[in-house]
Amino acid sequence: MSKPAVKRNMLSRIIPAIGSLKERGLSGWLVILGAAIVTSIILMTLLAPWISPFDPTTKGINVGAPLTPPNSKFPFGTNDLGQDMLSRVISGGGIMLQVAFLSVAICLAIGVPLGLFSSYIDGMFDRSICLIMDSIYAFPGLILAIAIAAMLGRGVVNMALSIAVVYVPSYFRVVRSQVLSIKEMPYVEAARSIGAKSRTILFKYILPNVVPSIVVVATVNFADAILTAAGLTFVGLGVEVDVPDWGWDLTNGRRLLPSGAWWVITFPGIFIILLALGFTLMGEGLSEILNPKVGE
Amino acid sequence: MQKQLLAVENLTVEYWTRKGKVRAVDDVSFSLGKAETLGIVGESGSGKSTLGLSLIRLVPPPGRIVKGHVWLKGKDILKLREDEIRNIRGRRISFVFQDPMTSLNPIKKIGEHFIELIQTHEPNVSREEARKRAEKLLNDVGIQPERIDDYPHQLSGGMRQRVMIALAIALNPYIVVADEPTTALDVIVQAKILDLLKDVQNAYAMALIFITHDLSIAIERCNEILVMYAGQIVEYTNIKEICKNPQHPYTQGLLKSIPNIELAEQKLEGIPGSPPDLLNPPKGCRFWPRCSYAMEKCRKAEPRLIETLTDHLVRCFLYGEARDESN
Amino acid sequence: MTLRVYIISRILLTIPMILILLTMVFVIIRVLPGDPVLLHFEKTEHPEAIEEMRQKLGLDKPIWAQYFDYLFGLLRGDLGKSMHDFSPIAEQIFSAFPATLELAIYSTIIAVSIGIFLGVEASKSYNKPKDHTIRIFGIVTYAIPIFFLGMLLQIIFAVNLRWLPVGGRTYPTMEPKGLKMSLSQLPEGFTIHLLLSCMAGLMISILCFAALKLKGKKITRKILGILISIFFIIWILWAWVGWYFISKGELHIATGLYTIDSLLEGNLYKFAEAIRYLILPSLTLGLVLSGVFIRLTRSNMLETIRLDFVTAAKARGLKETTVIYGYALKNAFLPILTMMGLQFAALLGGAILTETTFSWPGLGRYIVDRINFRDYTAIQGAIVFFGILVSIVSLVTDLLYAYLDPRIRL
Repeated sequence: MSKPAVKRNMLSRIIPAIGSLKERGLSGWLVILGAAIVTSIILMTLLAPWISPFDPTTKGINVGAPLTPPNSKFPFGTNDLGQDMLSRVISGGGIMLQVAFLSVAICLAIGVPLGLFSSYIDGMFDRSICLIMDSIYAFPGLILAIAIAAMLGRGVVNMALSIAVVYVPSYFRVVRSQVLSIKEMPYVEAARSIGAKSRTILFKYILPNVVPSIVVVATVNFADAILTAAGLTFVGLGVEVDVPDWGWDLTNGRRLLPSGAWWVITFPGIFIILLALGFTLMGEGLSEILNPKVGE
Repeated sequence: MQKQLLAVENLTVEYWTRKGKVRAVDDVSFSLGKAETLGIVGESGSGKSTLGLSLIRLVPPPGRIVKGHVWLKGKDILKLREDEIRNIRGRRISFVFQDPMTSLNPIKKIGEHFIELIQTHEPNVSREEARKRAEKLLNDVGIQPERIDDYPHQLSGGMRQRVMIALAIALNPYIVVADEPTTALDVIVQAKILDLLKDVQNAYAMALIFITHDLSIAIERCNEILVMYAGQIVEYTNIKEICKNPQHPYTQGLLKSIPNIELAEQKLEGIPGSPPDLLNPPKGCRFWPRCSYAMEKCRKAEPRLIETLTDHLVRCFLYGEARDESN
Repeated sequence: MTLRVYIISRILLTIPMILILLTMVFVIIRVLPGDPVLLHFEKTEHPEAIEEMRQKLGLDKPIWAQYFDYLFGLLRGDLGKSMHDFSPIAEQIFSAFPATLELAIYSTIIAVSIGIFLGVEASKSYNKPKDHTIRIFGIVTYAIPIFFLGMLLQIIFAVNLRWLPVGGRTYPTMEPKGLKMSLSQLPEGFTIHLLLSCMAGLMISILCFAALKLKGKKITRKILGILISIFFIIWILWAWVGWYFISKGELHIATGLYTIDSLLEGNLYKFAEAIRYLILPSLTLGLVLSGVFIRLTRSNMLETIRLDFVTAAKARGLKETTVIYGYALKNAFLPILTMMGLQFAALLGGAILTETTFSWPGLGRYIVDRINFRDYTAIQGAIVFFGILVSIVSLVTDLLYAYLDPRIRL
């Protein structure tokens, strides 16, 4: 009864689940579609230095006349600095993806263990943590993120931190409710009566059952992180460095609106939507598969 | 059988589910005259409720009326537009549902149900007038008029069913379709409701289609009986014939299973087996797996409905297959 | 648990939650960055200026003293002083808040209306293409960054079509001119405003007429309808003529909500103007929030529609709209109400972005401005205000739900 056995159990549960996705009908397709979108965008961003026609960073300034509408040379047009929008779009997802993954990682590292221990241990500790989590949860997410980001300053890590703080309560709640319902189940009681250690029970029995819900929350977290990162950038709390970023393009493009230069914001915006949509679809599909609603 | 009021011709209703098509009502034809009572008898799953709902085109999806005609005074109501058939519903043909607990809107007062009904079909009637008519109707069905301002949950099951009946007769319809109106009630209330239906029918000269699984009630109260099995008519005749000369084995089985209080000792005989799965109905006669008279040909071919005597139709190979039923 | 116990315990619970919230904000703003005053002055200014600010804002005291000042100040309604000009923050917040409130109200109306309408339509065509399209629409609207949608709408409607303004809340005020005004002197968009006013009046009269249609005898209904139509025609004429007299610039602010204030004054012109500026921002915010309501309405309706009394109602010949809206929807309404309360937090968050996009002078834009000015005390004050507001709204929502839930009540 050691850790490797636990891992094998979880994997052995996840892999067949993925294999049966196609059989699940619409929900399965949603997951596949969402995952496809997300992976293609990640690939695009990773391969950016090789596939973008022009250099989107400062070296790429004035490769074309500023503010040219989409044409054959610049399919997405150019912005006010004369940079090629297509190249900027191809490499612009990097920051958002980093922020998203980082925030999810932080949440998993903090929220899940906290949820597990707090609900298992119960008592005053649990109740006080619950209270704190509920207070954070009740607060408008974006406002809290803005507040934290405003105080911490700009940068990828700070953005990820602010988003993580907002989201930890969601993970906490989900984990906690699962743990509470499983804790009382007969097979857990049986294990306890044999004298199994709390740690074993937590990891071997409870955690594997909690994983599906965590996955669903994580996908929603990803989607929200992308949108919040864009929002933070829009409000002026994004990144300092002159790295191509969709959020930054949107903010910058705002100034250019009255002149009718619609292409500066449209294409980056569409890609933000696609990325957020990809995660949302995965989340929708997964949540229907894992918690099937009462159909007909 | 010449009747003028209602004539149902070759009605077929299917449910198109993900697993396949289920034929809940298979080529049903019957007719009804003014102020007559027809009893439609069958087990659950026989298609009798679907048949009832299809008369007013309210078969719930994924159900569809695939074929057939429903002639009401010469007009095929299946071909009507949506607003025309709304005219029929509640006014020319009204429905009494099985479960009085769930058939009334819980957040609407009893009186409101009536006022809404009346004003929908007769828009020139004012609220006060409608309310007075509601009070009279409640009185007619044996409910104190003061209860008009009560909510459904404040009434007992029997009283709610009376309200449903009152709503059904409010606009003097030609036909009332009652789908198992007493199944959800206890026996004493059952008898009262059945008496009420009879009184109302006589008073207003309405035709009644009485859908039930209980053959004894049907025999008590109806002129004619239509026995359904697995979506098909297996026997269709009047009361005297049913009692004197039940021809279909299923009908005979049903009669045998009615307890007779006058017999000192009685062996109750049920019909062995259970209704067929309509996704994959058995080949041949649908009843053969449970029939004590089953022959070789019953497994292979489906018997057609034939007129063995005047006014007596049966679907069974025991009576030959020569002539086809023609109406 | 009885109703009374629940109410009391819920109210009592709010107190520690608000306390935690206030502490959180305090920690974030005062403790986290180290020294907010230093942060405010990026480069080293004269140390006297820094010290002066510290003193004036009470930031030179030890942390725990500041914390208590903060808490007790809140009890008095004092939200601190701005780093910008040392004026009381509470005043600034209360003057900016009505704009946000107005935006929030109309956005909610739009979100719920779209949500209910599309949710009902989706439930009627369960599993058919229409259902899937609507569900996809609901998901996509949630995935769009609010400001992106706002900017798109701006491009289409304000820049290209020039039907609606790009931003702001109202026209710069106009001076009254003399009685005789030639057409060339009329401000741009006057005809559109007039059309809007007439349309508003007509619609109101049609609504009243339709509402009366449902009850009473036909003759009384007709007479009432004619009377109301006459009344509104008079009102519209008055507004048209009154343009010369009434519309003298500033709107008399009673509630701070321009739409209400203008109606209170009887000034249809100003009303149309207020609506004109409201359309794009509230549409943006409303669309993004509608997804949740679409989903909720759809699932509730799917459940309710299968219930017996709905079929029974149809069997009585009632119209489809009556059955859907009168029967099924009314029963599904309670969850929608509670969801509105739950969405309030998201609404405020979205308002920040919307206000920035449309230069809407509300609390959201106030916060963003203060961030740019590094006015941290103001940021703290605004966030505290938001937090308390959300707590109160969720408290009211929970209480309302407990009161209306038939299981607890009956």
